[in-house]
Amino acid sequence: MAERRVQTIGTAPAAMPERMGVMFKLNGAVRHIDVAPWTTLLDALREYLDLTGTKKGCDHGQCGACTVLVDGRRILSCLTLAVMKNGAEVTTIEGLAHDGALHALQQAFIDHDAFQCGYCTPGQICSALGMIREGRAKTADDIRELMSGNLCRCAAYPNILAAIETAMKQLR
Amino acid sequence: MNAFGYVRAGDVGIAVRALADGDGRARLIAGGTNLIDLMKENVERPSLLIDITHLPLGAIQAADDGGLRIGALVSNTDVAYHPEVERRYPLLSRAILAGASAQVRNMASVGGNLMQRTRCVYFYDRATPCNKRTPGAGCSAIGGFTRYHAILGTSEHCIAVHPSDMCVALAALDAVVRVTGPGGERAIAFEDFHRLPADTPHIDTNKRTDEIITAVDLPARGFADHYAYVKVRDRASYAFALVSVAAALRINGETIEEGRLALGGVAHKPWRDRAAESALVGQPASRATFERVADLLLRDARGFGHNAFKIPLAKRAVIRGLEQAAKGVNPP
Repeated sequence: MAERRVQTIGTAPAAMPERMGVMFKLNGAVRHIDVAPWTTLLDALREYLDLTGTKKGCDHGQCGACTVLVDGRRILSCLTLAVMKNGAEVTTIEGLAHDGALHALQQAFIDHDAFQCGYCTPGQICSALGMIREGRAKTADDIRELMSGNLCRCAAYPNILAAIETAMKQLR
Repeated sequence: MNAFGYVRAGDVGIAVRALADGDGRARLIAGGTNLIDLMKENVERPSLLIDITHLPLGAIQAADDGGLRIGALVSNTDVAYHPEVERRYPLLSRAILAGASAQVRNMASVGGNLMQRTRCVYFYDRATPCNKRTPGAGCSAIGGFTRYHAILGTSEHCIAVHPSDMCVALAALDAVVRVTGPGGERAIAFEDFHRLPADTPHIDTNKRTDEIITAVDLPARGFADHYAYVKVRDRASYAFALVSVAAALRINGETIEEGRLALGGVAHKPWRDRAAESALVGQPASRATFERVADLLLRDARGFGHNAFKIPLAKRAVIRGLEQAAKGVNPP
């Protein structure tokens, strides 16, 4: 099933690459998959590992909906090849809640009504978590600047900002 | 995206050999933020990706000459937030943080930043002719929508701009690019690294295709007292520059002893002009001086319709950058 979803366009090179084994420590559990080299981390998560919380927005690194944490850092899974992250620790939105309790950022997004359609939310939350860990955001303007890679087409920005400010105080 | 092979290089020599042994369609990959995007658009169609992310090029180290050596694989974030870069080369930190988004900066490498391609929409759009994609095909930007195109150093074949912010600061700081190829190592002055389009717009840099960037060296002088990076763009954040200016001054009393200026968003490479920089030396750090230098810097600028506004915009950005640098005040 997964094979059909691998997009190939045009002619294959002389030595057709085989699928390669990739291992992640994904949300705390070791997972193995076999993927072609051109499978993005985003597609690996959604199509091979059935973790559809991470969203495909633009698929070109312009919207931030696909943001996940790799080895603790926020990155764009749509512009990352899965094979290049063999052995990495990957955290997605599904990995933030613990023992049935929402992560402080998830709860703050609910409390502040920080989304409308919700499509950008997993990326916003993963990005905010990465930003808080980076420790560079001190002011509301810092947050706006350091979250500028996450677009919200519903423009829920004021409430996203309020939610992040609330969670940031709790997490420090 | 086309199908391709994938190998992970264990050392620099292996990466160089894999490049040389290939069919000419092998590409190095590190952060991938630009290359994978271009592959999704079928602008880049590599036969083989050589993953260099495990090469030992990820350190920032003090250099013997008092400068700083930045490994090619250091992420843009780690350069911008490195304590020595922040303290001694704040111009570089500011320029990096003015570019892209936090996620992209976490992924993107220093070497990759140098090697990124233009964001010219016609280069990206395979339905339109482009001399960068297909030499001799023609330039769709000339006579097209040119808001984001060059005003300096253009040719009849290409008016694309280099999109980097980091490179504008590196140009102003007189950085040196270290590369390794089959013939060994060599150093390329930053000003000589990127090329003007002339009649070969498909060749972005003077790095040979079988060479790999290993480091970028910063000279000892970082202009930490008097610098500014001014970026003007269509959004407040996460947008490429319409015009950007890296300004760095050495001032004694009221007199300028040395000045550096590099412009981004205006040319196929970070734009430096020695005549304009020389015109700063020995002059008072005044608005009159800065206006004269801005006029000199843009003396050969040429608009292509929609982008003609960049000429007065660049002059004002130069003046503002020099004023900020002179004051030593750098608003966020």
